[in-house]
Amino acid sequence: MRPWINRRVITTTAFVLAGAFAYINLDYSIAYSLGGKMVDRHEERLRGPEAFSDIPDNAERSEALFREMGKVIESPRCMNCHPKADSPTQREGRPHTPPVTRGVGGMGAEGLQCSTCHGEENVTFTNGEGSIPGHPAWHLAPATMAWQGSSLKGICEQLRDPERNGDRSLDELVEHNSEDTLVGWAWTPGVGREPAPGTQELFGALTRAWVDSGAVCPGTAG
Amino acid sequence: MTIEFELNGKAVTYSGDPDTPLLWALRDDFGLKGTKYGCGVAQCGACTVHVDGMNRRACVAPVSSMEGRSVTSIEGLTGAVAEAVQGAWVALNVPQCGYCQSGQIMSAIGLLGLIEDPSDADIDAAMAGNICRCVTYGRIRSAILQAAQKVKA
Ligand code: FES
Ligand code: FES
Repeated sequence: MRPWINRRVITTTAFVLAGAFAYINLDYSIAYSLGGKMVDRHEERLRGPEAFSDIPDNAERSEALFREMGKVIESPRCMNCHPKADSPTQREGRPHTPPVTRGVGGMGAEGLQCSTCHGEENVTFTNGEGSIPGHPAWHLAPATMAWQGSSLKGICEQLRDPERNGDRSLDELVEHNSEDTLVGWAWTPGVGREPAPGTQELFGALTRAWVDSGAVCPGTAG
Repeated sequence: MTIEFELNGKAVTYSGDPDTPLLWALRDDFGLKGTKYGCGVAQCGACTVHVDGMNRRACVAPVSSMEGRSVTSIEGLTGAVAEAVQGAWVALNVPQCGYCQSGQIMSAIGLLGLIEDPSDADIDAAMAGNICRCVTYGRIRSAILQAAQKVKA
């Protein structure tokens, strides 16, 4: 048995419900053992729009800008709450525990709303080894805005389509990506969670540059 | 910094560390031991209370977030739904070891406050976050259905 399993299990057995809850703690320990990989990913930086200014062709530059935005969009901090199924994922794309469902307006089932567990801010667990995410508007993206399982091209086309982007014009999409505080949570996700690459400001600037260059989706230029 | 809120119908003040989880405050400062600590990480439901009538896991709710709110723990339950749930729990002898049951009852009442006549699917969805090591799930479901019938009658 690895030491981290030992530690967690020993702690857990202190509780009356040892058996029932040991698996939960084991689950968390596994997430931490994956932590090493997450750190590597975080080192992958997000480049700003100026990094693409030497691409002379407008459409090609636009595509490249969206691919860069894709580093954020495809990060687990964003993807987890854009599921195709009825439940979000968590951590690095694993099933959400407890097994919650979308409910009305993506706010969770009656009696087990997102707000049953998620408060207005991230809350670090008392053992300091993780946190539960929080935001005043914590909820699932609607099914029309589902991204999981789609290619980056598919997500891009979706983002340009007001019927599948929350009825936003491209300018409103820029504003959403630059200023929406729930989007911004991706860069301040709390203890034990890798932030999305770069900053929201940079993500907003990339979105602006992508829109200004024609909002071309990957694999469609030329 | 002091935090003022209502607890089981009475105005209370908390003047300890505002980051303290509500569960700790309830048990250690207000002496209400009916709310249980199972996991401390929002995974088991043993610590469920009602905040402004809605189910809330007290282990991940900082006491600071209770400012101006109304908190009900199992000790403070009143009303027809709570009585019906308590009656059904007794009639069907739902608990085994009992550890999870305070949280189960709070979640069940929170559900019935929103859906008077829940379907099996509603019960599955609402109770999915309440774990019972003794696997009393069948009796919990029956008791919720029985309580709903009682309230309707
Ligand atoms: S103790 Fe709060 S959910 Fe387990
Ligand atoms: S009755 Fe024992 S944990 Fe539920």
